[in-house]
Amino acid sequence: MAKRVLAIASGGGHFIQLMRLSPAWEGHAVSIATVGSTSRALVGDVPFFTFRDVSRADWWRIPAATLDIAAILLKVRPQVIITTGALPGLIAATLARPFGCKSLWVDSIANSEVLSGSGGQAGRVCSQVVTQWPHLAADKVEHWGSVL
Amino acid sequence: MSGVFVSVGSMMPFDRLTRAMDEWAAANPGIPVEIQIGKGEYEPRHAKWVRKLALPDYQARVAGCALFVAHCGMGSIISAIEAGKPILMLARLQAMGEHNTDHQLATAKHVGIRPGLHVAADADDLKARASALLADTGTAPAPISRFADPEFTARIRAFIES
Repeated sequence: MAKRVLAIASGGGHFIQLMRLSPAWEGHAVSIATVGSTSRALVGDVPFFTFRDVSRADWWRIPAATLDIAAILLKVRPQVIITTGALPGLIAATLARPFGCKSLWVDSIANSEVLSGSGGQAGRVCSQVVTQWPHLAADKVEHWGSVL
Repeated sequence: MSGVFVSVGSMMPFDRLTRAMDEWAAANPGIPVEIQIGKGEYEPRHAKWVRKLALPDYQARVAGCALFVAHCGMGSIISAIEAGKPILMLARLQAMGEHNTDHQLATAKHVGIRPGLHVAADADDLKARASALLADTGTAPAPISRFADPEFTARIRAFIES
């Protein structure tokens, strides 16, 4: 049975890493959400959404980003969220969790010495957290592989 | 393939890189240099520049240039490897307000060791290496598939379907 999947990431490296995971949801009803509208050209023929970005450095943008992400969740009604970060992916997982949506946090490969800030928080919200570096695997943080 | 394409990343300014490559462009007037300056304040006076390219245009620039110069961000690194293009990088430093953490130094240490990836120590080293790499690009990054390791995506698929 095809699942409704929301694959969500911020721009730049987060989005490029998300696209490298595409075979994971092939055949499922995937929607893609990111920051840049020009990224649409790379996702193929699937529903595509954008949201206003936010990071810890500009935390005052959290309300706008949360509003956009909530609207996307209402349209997609995901059963599963896959995110490669950053903070917006954590917001999506947090908002969707009370509705029984499970979520996977794939910590960015850029975090090779410590888990990202949002990745550290993700353990409290997401169903599963994975790191792309074997030496960062811990009690509840598994290493399944990397995008490279 | 010709010229140098420079990208500082989209999230925060990185004028140290923009300025260094603009100075390099001034010293090498015969070589076309284009810089994607993102949110930087410094506007290049010698190199051609653009704030932000559409992602497909960015990828076309990476594929088409003779040398790709960038911050030490994974988007830049993955784009270079996917294009089989050597990349010369300068890491953003927290102490200079260029990023929230020093994870780009960690990226330089753990990922920058792959063939075809080059990490400069500072702006002067960057300019010297840009000239050296244009004269001899050395080994290109080994070509990789468009997608992550199939074992990795299979585990994510199992998570979706469980």
